[in-house]
Amino acid sequence: MKKVFQRPESLTEARNHYCPGCSHGIIHRLLAECMDEMNIREKTIGICPVGCSVLAYDYFNCDMLEAAHGRAPAIATAIKRLLPDRYLFTYQGDGDLASIGMAEIVHASARGEKITVIFVNNTLYGMTGGQMAPTTLLGQVTTTSPYGRKVENEGYPMKMAELLSSNEGSAYICRTAVNNPANINRTKRAIKKALQVQEKGLGFSMVEILSACPTNWGLSPVEALKWMENNMIPYYPLGEFKVKED
Amino acid sequence: MDREKQVLFAGFGGQGVLSMGQFLTHIAMNAGKEVTWVPSYGAEMRGGTANCLVTISEEEISSPLTENPMTAIIMNRPSLDKYESRIKANGTLVINSSMVDRLPEREDLNVLQMPVNQIAAEIGNSKGANMIILGAYLEKTGLIEVEEALDYFGVVFKGKNEKVIEENKAAFMAGVEYARRQW
Amino acid sequence: MDRVLMKGNEALAEGAILAGCRGFFGYPITPSSEIAEYMARKMPKIGGVFVQAESELAAINMVYGGAATGARVMTASSGPGLSLKQEGISFIAEAELPCLIVNISRGGPGLGGIQPAQSDYFQATRGGGHGDYHTIVLAPSGSQEMMDFAIEAFELADKYRIPVMIMAEGTLGNLMEPIVMREPVLNKVDKPWAISGCQGRKPNIINTLHLGSEELENRNLHLANKYKLIQAQEKRAESYLVEDAELVVVAFGIMARIVKKAVVEARKRGIKAGLVRPITLWPFPDEDLRQAAEHARLFLSVEISMGQMIQDIQLALAGRVPVEFYGRIGFTPNPEEILQEIIRLAAREGL
Repeated sequence: MKKVFQRPESLTEARNHYCPGCSHGIIHRLLAECMDEMNIREKTIGICPVGCSVLAYDYFNCDMLEAAHGRAPAIATAIKRLLPDRYLFTYQGDGDLASIGMAEIVHASARGEKITVIFVNNTLYGMTGGQMAPTTLLGQVTTTSPYGRKVENEGYPMKMAELLSSNEGSAYICRTAVNNPANINRTKRAIKKALQVQEKGLGFSMVEILSACPTNWGLSPVEALKWMENNMIPYYPLGEFKVKED
Repeated sequence: MDREKQVLFAGFGGQGVLSMGQFLTHIAMNAGKEVTWVPSYGAEMRGGTANCLVTISEEEISSPLTENPMTAIIMNRPSLDKYESRIKANGTLVINSSMVDRLPEREDLNVLQMPVNQIAAEIGNSKGANMIILGAYLEKTGLIEVEEALDYFGVVFKGKNEKVIEENKAAFMAGVEYARRQW
Repeated sequence: MDRVLMKGNEALAEGAILAGCRGFFGYPITPSSEIAEYMARKMPKIGGVFVQAESELAAINMVYGGAATGARVMTASSGPGLSLKQEGISFIAEAELPCLIVNISRGGPGLGGIQPAQSDYFQATRGGGHGDYHTIVLAPSGSQEMMDFAIEAFELADKYRIPVMIMAEGTLGNLMEPIVMREPVLNKVDKPWAISGCQGRKPNIINTLHLGSEELENRNLHLANKYKLIQAQEKRAESYLVEDAELVVVAFGIMARIVKKAVVEARKRGIKAGLVRPITLWPFPDEDLRQAAEHARLFLSVEISMGQMIQDIQLALAGRVPVEFYGRIGFTPNPEEILQEIIRLAAREGL
């Protein structure tokens, strides 16, 4: 019998703790498939964040380090500089990357660190119970924006892909979504391209992935995908924002 | 506490105050003595005066700091104003009279004056002021023998070209000559 | 033996390089910046890594990452910078990563000043960040020790898998005096826990998260046992004229040198004074203090602070001998004023 579908070698057998309908499982798998296909698992070091994916070190079957909130790009910088032939990825949520870790991500990009950032944007702080993030949409209700995010009070949601694409050190910046099979395939291609950009030493690479958080959005998994399509994608346009050719 | 000899060097930044102290530190080390050099640093360095303190001893130096050095080499007026009161009783003040337009008020100090900038101009080495005053001071006090100091120019200025070394030696000797004639 | 002149900051940096340090991650701050400047010049020439980080937070996290690879790495800063680094130091301590953290200390609180100070003593010796942890803290008192302790720090760090701190006053960073150059450390320490890519082995994980109650307690018990071992094995102090001392002065770092001079002068005046100089601030050398207390009627803690180490002295003596305090900040107490304080106390106590 021929096996047509199996767990990628780059994922462990551990059962993950993510909620039903959460996008993390899909994104973990896409990254793991890319690592398998590029045959780089044994040369890859991953940095996981503080947030829902804090336990990602249990799920990726490669050397892993668990970072303080927001600091993953600084940690990855040092490891990559000391071990330049290894593959470095950070896996970060929106609170981690765009709020407390803003300085670290911007400067890693500006320095052109040869690392790949997987940025999971689900518009709020998932693990701590659905508080407002820098990426929370205008009008969106969270536990710390209970009347909906207002410009006068909380300002505008941050567009990280656009922001980082303006840095010379950024070699590949792309925004994708995992709301349907076509976009999931595009996401995988983007992750692989980002890792290839790192392999070629072209500079900093990031894939921002629009993701669903049905639990904190108060929606069913299917409704959440619709909400992503109707609300997130119009504000956070998909596509490649920076592609540095070798 | 007098076995340790402390020399304070003070002046404007750019008068070679710190390097003059370092030079003395180098030759003291090469002469087999214990020696420490401490500069003022940071914000203290900006604007006003720059200073460093050199301590030379035959034995291990316990404290590299003092509020009351026995000698001060004063390169400008603000330094005299700042440090005159702090010199140890019966201590020595060596003053660059080209840049200091008053005499010390204290009467217990041994005051040695020389127009350092003028001498520097005469020998055509405007950057040599620090070596001139150091040469004069060592000639007068014998803290380090002049002959011994001359031997170490090559070591201290290792890596510098011969012309620079000779210019510094010439400035140093101009100070030595002045001390022999005037002090 | 050939001696060379080096500033304390440069001697420390060169010592680190001799110890095999190949990664420096820092952020400029007076009076520590010369260490970063030295490393910026040297690292590219010896195949090492120098990164000027965007912040102290980033710098210490680069140390976290660098140490996780098994390389010998370090950072250096001063007071306000050390406050920012505390988050990272807590993580590094928990992850048991060896590294060197240098505090060329200055006066606080707040922005404070840039004058040399010892007022980061509590921060250095009590862990400094969140959670139950310690770093080994070494306090050099001259340029030679700036070099020697940098080497020693990396050895201790690897031996116990612990971040080691060198705390030296700004004066020591800038002080230039002759030193004897040390030989490079050539032995390599095996670090099977390092993350470097899992070729030929199971993946390694460096992690500080322990959600289960038992796991968390076990983790803390493990660390506590390690700290007990270090306390048993690594306390260091230098005692001077304490055998018959009736008045024992305790001082560390640059202050110990200055106090030594005052003690010698006090002896000339017939006062039986002595000095204990803690070399490890953590673990604190309490046994050396208890030994010095044998004939002592009074202890005096001299610090460039408003009084911090005095608490460790009191803990060590457990009420057996009273402890007085003399300290300043903004100024470094000079030998004359310490002598006067010794004379005053001796007269008061009839010593």
